[in-house]
Amino acid sequence: MARMKFICDAERCIECNGCVTACKAEHDVPWGVNRRRVVTLNDGVPGEKSVSVACMHCSDAPCMAVCPVDCFYRTDDGVVLHDKDVCIGCGYCSYACPFGAPQFPSNGTFGLRGKMDKCTFCAGGPEANGSTAEFEKYGRNRLSEGKLPACAEVCSTKALLGGDGDVVADIFRNRVLVRGKGSEVWGWGTAYGRPATGAPQPAKPEGKKS
Amino acid sequence: MSPSMRSMTALVLCGAAIALAACGEKTAGAAKKSDVPAWQGSTGASAYMANGWKAGDQTAWEQQLRNRTQGQNEYSRAAAQP
Repeated sequence: MARMKFICDAERCIECNGCVTACKAEHDVPWGVNRRRVVTLNDGVPGEKSVSVACMHCSDAPCMAVCPVDCFYRTDDGVVLHDKDVCIGCGYCSYACPFGAPQFPSNGTFGLRGKMDKCTFCAGGPEANGSTAEFEKYGRNRLSEGKLPACAEVCSTKALLGGDGDVVADIFRNRVLVRGKGSEVWGWGTAYGRPATGAPQPAKPEGKKS
Repeated sequence: MSPSMRSMTALVLCGAAIALAACGEKTAGAAKKSDVPAWQGSTGASAYMANGWKAGDQTAWEQQLRNRTQGQNEYSRAAAQP
């Protein structure tokens, strides 16, 4: 069973915001809500780094842990979703999330905080796959169409990778080994040191760290 | 039955009716709906369905997504240049 994951390669992200635009357009995300955004560190300074951020569909999601009405659920593919009919818009998930993924549309005369909205990994919600009700609440359900999230598929530099965590980790590992720099960072072995069974082993550049 | 007894019975019945009034009330919180797995396909327009797999076939769907994910790997399309 696949475990769907995103990873963004900060060495490749050029801050084009193509992922943000694709997400907005694909799901008709309302004004003021950003399911995905690009964060730039040291903006304007030579060597600045950008990274595309959205819900990371955590394996042990803090939003799920703190929700007082238990509106979250995890699909068999590891995608963290929620039921907007149960959500009360309290905002606890927003405080718990380390990525700022939960978003709250302002609607009504007094800017009333609406129900929580977040990245669905293009997997919709609990309504029937591909139905109008699902689209209106959660946006398109690309996974049920045999596609990957729009943000990852549209990324021009392939900085943003999305899909089965094992495959994505293999792609990223190969990339960094070919690049010859980056695999020396702390935690590399734990996160990317074990290729999935049957995955092609990248050639290790000579004289460089792995 | 004496008038005082009658009024007492009426009072008890009224009290019971008030006390049990909430018993027929439905639970306030909505129940979380169950989701259908993505491999079962979409009920939307078939024009949007990706080729290469059949709705309802879990193995085909997983293979389709693996292939699609591997499509993000340019090293599988061109030989890596160290």
